[in-house]
Amino acid sequence: MNKKTISFTLNGESREFDIDPNERLLGLLRRNGFKGTKYGCLEGTCGACTVIMDGKAVDSCLVFAFQAHGRNVVTIEGLGDAGTPHEIQQALIEEGAVQCGYCTPGMVLSAKAMFDETPTPDDETIRLHMDGNLCRCTGYEKIWSAMKKVSAKHERGGKR
Amino acid sequence: MTSVDKMKVVHHSVRKVDAEALSRGKHLFTGDLTPADALHIKMLWSPHAHARIKSIDVRAAEKMPGVRCVLYHGNVPKIPHCTAGQGYPEPSPYDTLMFDTKVRYVGDRVAAVVAETPEQALDAVGAIKVDYEVLKPVFDYDEALRDGAPIIHDEKESYVPIPIPYEPQKNIVAKIGMEAGDFAKGMKEADFTFDQVFETPYAQHCPIEGYISWAQLNPYGRIVITTSTQVPFHTRRIVARALDVPVQKIRVIKPRIGGGFGCKQEMLLEDVVALAALRTGRPVLWALTRAEVFRSGRTRHPMRIRVRYGVKKNGDITAIGLDLINNTGAYGGHGLTVMSCAGSKVLPLYHVNNIHFDAKSIYTNLPVGGAYRGFGATQAYFAVESMIDVMADKIGMDPLAFRKRNHIVSGESHPAFEALGEGKPGAPMTIGSCALDGCIDKGAAEIGWSKRTPPGSKTGRYRRGIGMSIHMQGSSVPEIDMGAASLKINDDGSFNLNVGATDLGTGSDTVLAQIAAEELATTTDKFIVYSSDTDMTPFDKGAYASSTTYLTGEAVRKAAAKVKSQLIRVGAEILRKKPEELDVDDAHVVTKDGSAKVSYKDIALRTLYETEQFQIAAIESHVTHKSPPPFAAHFVEVEVDMETGKVRVIKYVAAVDCGTAINPQLSEGQTEGAVLNGISYALTEEYRFDGMGKMMNASFTGYNILTMRDKPEIKTILVPSYEETGPFGAKSVSEISINGGMPAIANAIYNATGARVYRAPFTQERVWRAIQESKK
Repeated sequence: MNKKTISFTLNGESREFDIDPNERLLGLLRRNGFKGTKYGCLEGTCGACTVIMDGKAVDSCLVFAFQAHGRNVVTIEGLGDAGTPHEIQQALIEEGAVQCGYCTPGMVLSAKAMFDETPTPDDETIRLHMDGNLCRCTGYEKIWSAMKKVSAKHERGGKR
Repeated sequence: MTSVDKMKVVHHSVRKVDAEALSRGKHLFTGDLTPADALHIKMLWSPHAHARIKSIDVRAAEKMPGVRCVLYHGNVPKIPHCTAGQGYPEPSPYDTLMFDTKVRYVGDRVAAVVAETPEQALDAVGAIKVDYEVLKPVFDYDEALRDGAPIIHDEKESYVPIPIPYEPQKNIVAKIGMEAGDFAKGMKEADFTFDQVFETPYAQHCPIEGYISWAQLNPYGRIVITTSTQVPFHTRRIVARALDVPVQKIRVIKPRIGGGFGCKQEMLLEDVVALAALRTGRPVLWALTRAEVFRSGRTRHPMRIRVRYGVKKNGDITAIGLDLINNTGAYGGHGLTVMSCAGSKVLPLYHVNNIHFDAKSIYTNLPVGGAYRGFGATQAYFAVESMIDVMADKIGMDPLAFRKRNHIVSGESHPAFEALGEGKPGAPMTIGSCALDGCIDKGAAEIGWSKRTPPGSKTGRYRRGIGMSIHMQGSSVPEIDMGAASLKINDDGSFNLNVGATDLGTGSDTVLAQIAAEELATTTDKFIVYSSDTDMTPFDKGAYASSTTYLTGEAVRKAAAKVKSQLIRVGAEILRKKPEELDVDDAHVVTKDGSAKVSYKDIALRTLYETEQFQIAAIESHVTHKSPPPFAAHFVEVEVDMETGKVRVIKYVAAVDCGTAINPQLSEGQTEGAVLNGISYALTEEYRFDGMGKMMNASFTGYNILTMRDKPEIKTILVPSYEETGPFGAKSVSEISINGGMPAIANAIYNATGARVYRAPFTQERVWRAIQESKK
């Protein structure tokens, strides 16, 4: 196989990876143990494989691994610690928005990209940013309240 | 009525035990746990809806790079079985072989390639040469039942393991029916009669994690299957049969699973990964692509439902007739039970003395029907709850008042409970808890029912309407399904709670821990819940039929009660009291007068290490004798574009009586998820086939499920009741709220436009056509 080596920043650390030229970023991440990035459709329609690349939420199943070269990638493994989850994770947990949890890492990362850009998003901004993440368990109602909760916290000047 | 107000854990929104780990993307799912050296499977799927395999040549594929084996009908056990994950013996035909010489739908199995990489497996699939004799396919209800129609299951081996009507030579999978009173007489007594046909589409569950399984041999040669399943114990039994190996040789583990909604109440991949692991000695993974999930996974049965009703001017319903045809597609699992539930979970809702119910499940050369949240009731409710509005309209009665006048109440029974069972008579039942009137009142207030105006009063391009529907479901399959739980204490007063019950994202691990904690007067965090591993946990039927809280929950409560009595017995010795003088409180055995206490920890240490040692532990089982219905009233406001037929849902209210909500937040979550799924099913979801039976929209771009952008405001109202037969008064909650989308929205469309839709989903074109029709 025609192996290539690429390097990019992954969750704040500079990393090198051997890749296959036709490999997707999703496959590369999972193969290297970053399995919080979930496989849902492999065609960019469900958002379960969402990661943040240079500040934007992207479907890692639609990104070739080589396209990550030189970029800054954040996966779910880069957010929160045991007992002290990220504020978005915390809000989802508190609101009861985690049912099967398969879509949750992608939701968290789409939300993070949104809140990093717009700390207090209006309803339409939330709809726009979260539209690409499918969830079949929750009816989105509690995910929605979690987003509103994080936004309200920012509005009050809470820690981001 | 027992009060839930004094409960300290039950009826509280305790945090879901797995929520934090899931939110942090921990490696909890089947695909996260696969060994790196696993082989991969790719399937050659049938391109034909109906064909015989005249010959198949896998030699070239076997020689391809990386290929470790190819499985096809020539080299696997050929044992008829049923893939539906039901109790044993199943009320479904054994009409499936692991690989067959005949294919019966586009997407049926032909041959599996096992290779080092998925790409190598896929390449080798392309090298398999198959010579098909293409047969005439059957896609239509009437065509399947026509004399001389092509016979889809013409093989001799298929049979039903219990005596239920099975006539494969007529393409009939099962028949069920009931008569009560005199239907013809009831129709004659009516002031108005109605006769209407409704149709529902093929639809799919769409869990975000599709079907995925992997298997490996342990060092002793046993087959360990890790799989995204709702039914680990049934899967073990079915795989054992299909592979002709003893149950003892198989272990099935369900890790966290990424949604199911019924589609994983099925043995779908596990036989192939197990056999591939046996043949290769290597771990073997099989994950379906999204298109494969759509085409070869399980679906919601499409139904054609003829409804006849008779009603008097005063609002008495004199007769109901339901004749339904249920399309199970190419294989017959769940064919009988889905249509049985279309009767037993729907007919009892209203007082009608004269009842006719006749249902047939038929084979066609289309994708395979399965269990899907709502389970037949969902389809039948579209027809019945639409007609309730039609009748109310005809007699000039408010549809809400008409429903209130006629619905079942506590203390009443219905002949359908006994007549419509699952391969044997059902369980007769008197309704215990029922807060349906409260659901109707609270839901009506929330949606603003009193401000509702008739369709004739509306003008303009965009018209708003309000609709409602009411529902019941069940809680478990009575006298058939069993759940069990084991509980033991640890040194520090924590407990291991092991259950076969299958948390598919519902939160049942949490709910069951709450039940144990309430009984033992401690907190949920003291329980280490381990579920769904056939080697390690007691048996459980699995996650289906709205049964885990009601059925397994009671097994857990009983186990906890037994452990409690052991704790009190030891506590009595320590405190030098009689057991009758003691109770439990805050993780202690206490005297009722509060004068002395001893902690669970101290009791555990004494019994594990010090005096009269024994393991404080219990295992309990539970079978239910009734299936108490939860009740719900759904209300929806829609806006219809009269020029394009586009329907927008503005607000949806689901008022639900699930008895005691063990965890109100999780009960709301179940309701909201079911509601949006129901709205999605009503408005967009539908398999589209080409003329050859191939599903054309097998992706989330062609088969649209609603997103956060589409979500209306969903308001859940939990209306309490107390079901005496359930753990701490609980009934089920998971399925019922998927039933409202179609009828409530259809009724709201009528209220907005004066046009009625009889076929779902309510696409712009169908609604537009109905509006044009109503203008004639």
